Amino acid sequence: MKPEGKKRIWAEYQKEIPDDHFFYVRSCIRQTFFAGSEQYFLKILRDDLGKDVYEDPRHTTCTGIGYHGDVVPFETIQAVVARHFALATEAGYKHIAISCVTSFGIYSEILETWKHFPETLERTREDLYKATGRTFEVPETISHTSDIIYKFRDEIARKAKYNLIDIATGKPLKVVEHIGCHYSKMFPKYGVGGAEFPHVLVGMIESWGGDIIDYPERRHCCGFGFRQYLVQANRGYSLFASRKKFESMEPYRPDMIIANCPGCTMFMDRWQYTIKEIEGITYGSDERGIPVLTYEEVAGLILGYNPWELGLQYHNVQSLQLLRKMGIKADPAERFLAKDGSRLPEPANLING
Amino acid sequence: MEDLYSRLMQDVRFEEGLKACMNCGICTGICPAAEYYNYDPRRVVDLVQTRNNDVIRELLKSETIWYCGQCMSCKTRCPRGNTPGMVIMALRKLSQELGYFTASEKGRQQFAIKRTVGDNVLKHGYCVVSYDVDPKTHPEQGPAWEHYYNHMEDSLARLGGELNGKEGPTRRIADEVLDELKSIFRVTGGQELYDAIEEASEKKAEEMGMEFKKEGRDFEYFRHVVSSDNGSHQAEPEDVRRDVYETGR
Repeated sequence: MKPEGKKRIWAEYQKEIPDDHFFYVRSCIRQTFFAGSEQYFLKILRDDLGKDVYEDPRHTTCTGIGYHGDVVPFETIQAVVARHFALATEAGYKHIAISCVTSFGIYSEILETWKHFPETLERTREDLYKATGRTFEVPETISHTSDIIYKFRDEIARKAKYNLIDIATGKPLKVVEHIGCHYSKMFPKYGVGGAEFPHVLVGMIESWGGDIIDYPERRHCCGFGFRQYLVQANRGYSLFASRKKFESMEPYRPDMIIANCPGCTMFMDRWQYTIKEIEGITYGSDERGIPVLTYEEVAGLILGYNPWELGLQYHNVQSLQLLRKMGIKADPAERFLAKDGSRLPEPANLING
Repeated sequence: MEDLYSRLMQDVRFEEGLKACMNCGICTGICPAAEYYNYDPRRVVDLVQTRNNDVIRELLKSETIWYCGQCMSCKTRCPRGNTPGMVIMALRKLSQELGYFTASEKGRQQFAIKRTVGDNVLKHGYCVVSYDVDPKTHPEQGPAWEHYYNHMEDSLARLGGELNGKEGPTRRIADEVLDELKSIFRVTGGQELYDAIEEASEKKAEEMGMEFKKEGRDFEYFRHVVSSDNGSHQAEPEDVRRDVYETGR
């Protein structure tokens, strides 16, 4: 087959990701649980890749968890997102970089709704102007921040200090990739590889030397389920879904899980701890747990940044074994430090801690 | 009598989410909620497309519409391009607007979501804030979070952030920005929905003889809706366990 023909066949699975000049919107969940990931995304983009990323502190939640928790109406979230577009317009940016997968799904839903129901765009313009006096341009592109790291994955690989390779054996690390449902299950054309062949994390893992594990429940939801986690009485739903994934991936002995959604990263880490507490089951090689990392943390490790400044110690499943395999020297005693550099008491009961 | 189907059709998510459903059931096959709860999205869509007012009213008062986790896996798989998850979103919105949500145990939980995530949005500018994820009510967050929570300023500083700072992660959202959010909620019906949830919940608390407060979370009705489980929601738990738990361990 000629390459041109192949490109045409796969055209609908390609995504155009801008090269530079991003308006960055943070994530409620990522900034709460993985603040280091957001900071290092910006650092990598700006310092390692020389890109222009603009952030306006007046940007707020998109209200997405409230929207999918069904307490925020669609009209309201459209106007809140339109306000973010207004801030981008005022600053002269046309490309939105979105840290959260829930937000990314919402931005996709809103842009598609405005295309299919143009009257909703007009109503949103009126609502926003009436509420805030602001006006906005619809952005030219929206990218999830994992799209952007994906775009520059080979450049990151060229600058790599470490790879996803076991330095003792020379073999690739075995990696589970988990894509947040709202990245491309709802609006496939907004995701790299669409819903059927999401390539956004696979591309990073392959460029950085790892092997992908293909396991039966690879595309199953992590189980967030919004109200199914937010309300205490429902949390069994969330635990149940993650457990199904762990049981399915376990026979393949993964070295790590990488997720592009902050919620998924958090749940797959937290539920491993919960399952250990409830049932005494610890997954992973030698029952050390399966570390669950954000793609920003992995990119940071590849580039040689300090794991404890990336925030790896704030996961229940610690990554000490993984770091050793990659050849990264990091003193576990340096994990928990106060602002003045003094050591804080270490938490008990971490997995592989 | 009000035509509930017409009310649903006013929601673009409903119009987009339901063309003629042929009842193939692939949505139920892929659905994580159907695996855990006594839930069948195929059946929900089929009931809605009867356009029967009584049937739809019954659904709006039921436990059923609150089982979906909105992963939207159904959208990817439906051969007709329908999205049962979006039909559910439209049903839930209408259930709350009409005050029907308090008729079911799972529906009453909307009050807890309003008082947590809903209030966070207008009070802090975020759906989730670190100082609100208390390890006492979130034991599943484990030791790493407990440590982070107890040493938040130190931990955040290590990661390049500042709690309630001017910029960066977990920055404080300025009052004038919160005013813009509140104004958006007033103009677009967000505040109206919050008020509808509050009003119906207060009425239900009174009916159930439970203490209710206009603010906060430390009172009987809130504690009840967050934790109550009458045990009727899960379908054949033994079958489910057999599928997932018996994997050779």
